[in-house]
Amino acid sequence: MANTKVIVGLGSCGIAAGAGKVYDELLRIREADNLDFELKKTSCIGMCFKEPLVEIIDDTGSYLYGEVDIKKADEILEKHIQNFSPIKEYIVKSDKYESVYKNYFDGQVKITLRNCGNINPESIDDYEESGGYEAIKKIGNERISANEIIKTILDSGLRGRGGGGFPTGLKWKFANNNRSKDKYIICNADEGDPGAFMDRSVLEGDPHSELEGMIIGAYSIGATEGVIYCRAEYPLAIKRLNIAIIQARERGYLGKDILGIEGFDFDLYIKEGAGAFVCGEETALIASVEGERGMPRKRPPFPAVSGLWRKPTNINNVETFANIPWIIVNGALAYAKYGTEKSKGTKVFALTGKIKNGGLVEVPMGITIKDIIYKLGGGIIGDKKFKAVQLGGPSGGCIPEYLSHTIVDYDSVNATGAIMGSGGMVVMDETTCMVDMARFFLEFTCKESCGKCTYCRVGTKRMLEILTRITQGEGKDGDIEKLEELAYQIKDGSLCGLGQTAPNPVLTTIKYFRDEYEAHIRDKKCPSVYCKKLLTYEIIEEKCTGCMVCKRGCPTKAITGEKKVPHIIHQELCIQCGDCYSKCKFDSIKVF
Amino acid sequence: MRIERINKKEYTQEKALTGISSPESIVDLKLIKPLLKKYKGKKGNLIPVLQGTQNIYGFIPEEAMLFIARETGIQVSDMYGVATFYAQFRLKPVGKYIIKMCHGTACHVQNVKAVTEDLQNFLGIKDGETTPDNIFTLETVACLGCCSLAPVMMIGDDTHGKLSGKKAVDVIKEFRRKETLSQKSKLTENISKN
Ligand SMILES: Cc1cc2nc3c(=O)[nH]c(=O)nc-3n(C[C@H](O)[C@H](O)[C@H](O)COP(=O)(O)O)c2cc1C
Ligand code: FES
Repeated sequence: MANTKVIVGLGSCGIAAGAGKVYDELLRIREADNLDFELKKTSCIGMCFKEPLVEIIDDTGSYLYGEVDIKKADEILEKHIQNFSPIKEYIVKSDKYESVYKNYFDGQVKITLRNCGNINPESIDDYEESGGYEAIKKIGNERISANEIIKTILDSGLRGRGGGGFPTGLKWKFANNNRSKDKYIICNADEGDPGAFMDRSVLEGDPHSELEGMIIGAYSIGATEGVIYCRAEYPLAIKRLNIAIIQARERGYLGKDILGIEGFDFDLYIKEGAGAFVCGEETALIASVEGERGMPRKRPPFPAVSGLWRKPTNINNVETFANIPWIIVNGALAYAKYGTEKSKGTKVFALTGKIKNGGLVEVPMGITIKDIIYKLGGGIIGDKKFKAVQLGGPSGGCIPEYLSHTIVDYDSVNATGAIMGSGGMVVMDETTCMVDMARFFLEFTCKESCGKCTYCRVGTKRMLEILTRITQGEGKDGDIEKLEELAYQIKDGSLCGLGQTAPNPVLTTIKYFRDEYEAHIRDKKCPSVYCKKLLTYEIIEEKCTGCMVCKRGCPTKAITGEKKVPHIIHQELCIQCGDCYSKCKFDSIKVF
Repeated sequence: MRIERINKKEYTQEKALTGISSPESIVDLKLIKPLLKKYKGKKGNLIPVLQGTQNIYGFIPEEAMLFIARETGIQVSDMYGVATFYAQFRLKPVGKYIIKMCHGTACHVQNVKAVTEDLQNFLGIKDGETTPDNIFTLETVACLGCCSLAPVMMIGDDTHGKLSGKKAVDVIKEFRRKETLSQKSKLTENISKN
């Protein structure tokens, strides 16, 4: 068919799942069999749990195929392209059939991710065809002033998506008020929260919207130079941004007298991060761009007064910028229509952990956590019991199952002790140990502390030691109180957000799962059967066939028994290595 | 904390024993010249210079640091401070393939710890170490951005997801197999040449 398009999702996640090979295969067959269809690339549409994804658009409609490997690709080409009969079992979304993932799609409102998975991120034409660069053209044609733009952004109610939630319009106003000749605008693409990848998807999937947002920001505050500070772990994002920058320069969206507006000169470049979580903090980021160790500085002066090279600087998150062009084109009211009173618009979340439909979702603010997890996320893997969800990564906290009716907006989430953060949502089930989770986050912040403040540097270390002890069965009475005491001291005694929020995961787990801490400390038991040192292994007599596999593998010779006779584990010798458990073919070892 | 303290005794002993400053002395300093030309005199150039140096050698050799200092006037202490602050920089040589094991939150929840242990046992090295044949270096990183495929590891530019201990070991075995094959073919090539 002449108008048939075959589109392969080539984001980092798709490539990791094998989409590159699928693309090559499709290309190979097209050439070999001389088939007539257009083969296109796009990025992640957020449905990471079904990667690799291949979409076919023909005269009859659109069909999105999930979990396509080379074999399926051959089959799809043969049946769908050559014989016009779509393969229904592989289709995850289509305008012809009702999808099993209906709830996943219907619950979403795509503003930030409007182009992700729909356009080829390496083509400026694709971006322009889907309404890209309309916002700056509108500004140029209608001669909209900087103050009017700032007012629109203020009215839209957009708040910074990097975690803090500071009103973007207000931030721009402060920067605009400063009369300095040189000003900078920075895009924070450091995405340090482990377990979050919203920014990566936007940068890989729609780099031009990022540039357009920054250009509008530059125009509004009067900046002449921009920097995108991107983490080095995102090579594909950096590659696509570089392509986008070159294309934007060619079309005159970057450079001198942009859009014929005399004196509006602006250009930008990418600065690669070098692996430090603290560099997501704005003053540390600035230090890092200046080529120094990424140590936070005292505020005030705020970057809007004295930032990069001591000049006024405005820093915004990737997602914040990606919303800007949409707001300018569609108006403040269209944006403010979504959300709650104080948190407007939509928010992208990265759903990960023990969730069936892991990936990206963009939802209007005000939806409940439960709806995100069960309606969009499809529930917990293996239908296990949902225990808690971690919001805001190492700076945030957990929200337990019984508070899952909490709605997502800045204030409601803060009220639980967690924070909205940048949008990482890690789902945990009954097998996740909350004490170990707290230990995990403390290990992270302790390692990432820049070392400037004593409380953050030494305090996180002391907390980590206590938590490690507890998970190893050496907890003592009074440990919980000591953790709490240290937590408040670290919060008070730290200069930047890293230290001020580092104790949050510990405080929220103590608040909601104190019983788990107590079981570890008092009963020397891990209720989630996770902490190795606290496990007991036992052989179930009826199931054991006496095959001797466990006995041979046991490093401390704690297992005895004759051939074909049920074996016994001698608890005083057992070191809980779990070797017998993983080797037993008859499920005859019980752990508790 | 993001500061790496070098055990001084060990360091000087090693130097005294070998008489040379380890493999760095075979460093070809000419390779950095174009890099210095590009960045010399630009403000904020230190991190890109170090990144470029590491791209050339796979790590940042002591000789290279001293050379850059001589050429650009950047203080060695500043350079060392920056190099030890950021996780990306390495001061020791690494193996041919770097295995980046993700220990981000999503991967942690999906029990990447067990996968890492299996891999460590198979390779006989710990986090940050290199196998004696200089083929593999094992590194821990925080989040590769493919969280929905957790647990994840990255070797070169390839990401491997949904790992189990066995699957991870199989990936490494495949690398080993290819490596032995290419070495063998090199050997036969050399023999036939002679
Ligand atoms: C320890 C720490 C890490 C941070 N990491 C990030 C990050 O990775 N990405 C980000 O956009 N903001 C991060 N922030 C928030 C930034 O400091 C800053 O508030 C934000 O980039 C402002 O942009 P926004 O107003 O658009 O949210 C971090 C803050 C702290 C204290
Ligand atoms: S947490 Fe492992 S890839 Fe994100």
